[in-house]
Amino acid sequence: MSQSLRTFLGFVLFAAALAVAPLVFSSGLAITMMSLMGVMVIFALSYNMLLGQTGLLSFGHAVYYGLGGFCAAHAMNYIARNKFGVPLPAIPLVGAAAGLFFGAIFGVVSTRRAGTVFSMISLGIGELVAALAGIQRSFFGGEDGIATNRVKLAPFFGYKFGPQVQVYYLIAAWCLICVVLMYALTRTPFGRMCNAVRDNPERAEFVGYSTQRVRFQAFMLSAMFAGVAGALAAINFELMNSQAIGAGTSGQVLLMTFVGGIGHFFGPIIGAVLITFLQISLSDITKAWMLYFGLLFILVVMFAPGGIAGWLSLHTPLLRGGRILNLAPSYALAAIPLAAVVVGGIALVEMAHHMLVEAASDGSKMHLFKIAIDGASPVAWIVALALFFGGAFGLKLVWPRIDDAWGEAQATGEKA
Amino acid sequence: MSAALSLKDVRKNFGPTAIIRGLDLEIRQGERHAIIGPNGAGKSTMFHLISGRIGVTSGSIELKGHEITGLAPYEINRRGLSRSFQVTNIFPKLTVFENIRCGVLWSLGYKYSIWRFVDRLRDANSRAEEVLDLIGLSARRETPAGILTYAEQRALEIGITIAGGADVIMLDEPTAGMSNTETEQAVALIAKVSEGRTLVMVEHDMSVVFGLADRISVLVYGQIIATGAPAEIRANKAVREAYLGEEAH
Repeated sequence: MSQSLRTFLGFVLFAAALAVAPLVFSSGLAITMMSLMGVMVIFALSYNMLLGQTGLLSFGHAVYYGLGGFCAAHAMNYIARNKFGVPLPAIPLVGAAAGLFFGAIFGVVSTRRAGTVFSMISLGIGELVAALAGIQRSFFGGEDGIATNRVKLAPFFGYKFGPQVQVYYLIAAWCLICVVLMYALTRTPFGRMCNAVRDNPERAEFVGYSTQRVRFQAFMLSAMFAGVAGALAAINFELMNSQAIGAGTSGQVLLMTFVGGIGHFFGPIIGAVLITFLQISLSDITKAWMLYFGLLFILVVMFAPGGIAGWLSLHTPLLRGGRILNLAPSYALAAIPLAAVVVGGIALVEMAHHMLVEAASDGSKMHLFKIAIDGASPVAWIVALALFFGGAFGLKLVWPRIDDAWGEAQATGEKA
Repeated sequence: MSAALSLKDVRKNFGPTAIIRGLDLEIRQGERHAIIGPNGAGKSTMFHLISGRIGVTSGSIELKGHEITGLAPYEINRRGLSRSFQVTNIFPKLTVFENIRCGVLWSLGYKYSIWRFVDRLRDANSRAEEVLDLIGLSARRETPAGILTYAEQRALEIGITIAGGADVIMLDEPTAGMSNTETEQAVALIAKVSEGRTLVMVEHDMSVVFGLADRISVLVYGQIIATGAPAEIRANKAVREAYLGEEAH
């Protein structure tokens, strides 16, 4: 099968998945969650245009997401007030224009240099805009933010986008458009030169390309797509507040993109879906959920720098000929100490969180995995520590086996 | 006919240290010109100055009669000068084919285009294939450049340099670190790719220099002490004392 046919089929599958998802997961929570996933997929992919494709580590990408969202919210209010006949599905174009505009302004300053200088400037701009959001109340709406009402816009073929499922399909349609466009960009001369500038900026200059111009163009386009994501968020929540523009959101998109995998186009999609899912479901289960994200990020950076997509793509060649089955016994063996590490780790985090934050008011008794334990008892701590370090030691013991199984699986592949 | 390259009283200081101390040099169009000289003479610095990697302290550099002093590397490249590097300087994560194609894109006018697919650019792809064929790396076209052998990377380095069709080519020690066989292959490749172009080459291997060059300039301590045909240089007393004499031992 040719590369382009495979890509085309991939997009058809993606579109089909977007279309049937609300039929499979039809609960209100699921549709709300999937709407947010769609927004985050666009946001994370736009971020990877910088990080993965062009090698620019930005700490302020939320600026363009947030400004796109605020401009979209104001545009919606303005259109509704003046009864212009603009339907809701056109609003993301406002976000795109806003992202492009601010991307051009801040990009001129920040893309003169790459590396640490770029990162520091992006951080500075992020802080600057976040600080401005606290002061400039008429545009950013202070602590309340800017509220809007998506139903007040002109209907689109009879749809008023009141029900969440209609919003989901609006987001899904824009998500598909943006994903296709961002993928197409990677296949253009410009997209290839982004990779060249990432790999070796000096050499790119000696084949006729201004690295600054390549970075600037990448930055503007990336900000434009972030603006679309921001506008969709404004439509989804009917509210934009300064949280969307701050360092937290910038950190979140970095987390999603990196955990998903920056080396593959589809990596950030996986990251956005997974992290959004965890964010919504974990925050219901534990109050220490932020801590788990921090741990997840550290673990991925240390042990799987290619992210989930990188890990998956290591396994795809083994799928052919079923060689992946040879790995199953050693993976199964590793699962036991891994489970111990995870359970021990969760116990440590939860007990620490309980004792530090809640014990003063609620006492030291707590529930973990539906088991009643006492956070003040040394036994509970010893068990948790033993599980964690015992598991880690066990993992170290079985690691050579996995390594061998890997080598074997690959060697048979080369022979075949 | 104006010279391909002409340097007039070019100087470069790093702080108080003068590295290039009044360089005058004319490279004729279509010639193969080798720059030789002892380590630390300023050969690589001279290359950096001509290609715009670092700026001159004073003096002027002209490419085909047009002033290029102070221009950025990409502007100089667009005017038809392309260079290779002493330390291999390729795009390690891109495939061999992509490496060459990156060298081709600007010269065919694709610039920063976001409206076309690279895989559909027939002229760019066929030009890249030609260059791959020329440097003998067609079989490795899908290999990430970072895992090629050293000699293959050096060939790729030359491939990227010539891919854009520049008429002035500068090669910085193209055979450094190669075995005898590899050097022979590299010399054949350089002879082939420099046909119909102007070649400026820094090289330490005297057999390569005397085998390839039409003219040779000797750079010692930031100044050209002699320029001439290989036979003249070999016979030049000052050169023998300053440089070749050392080699003969």
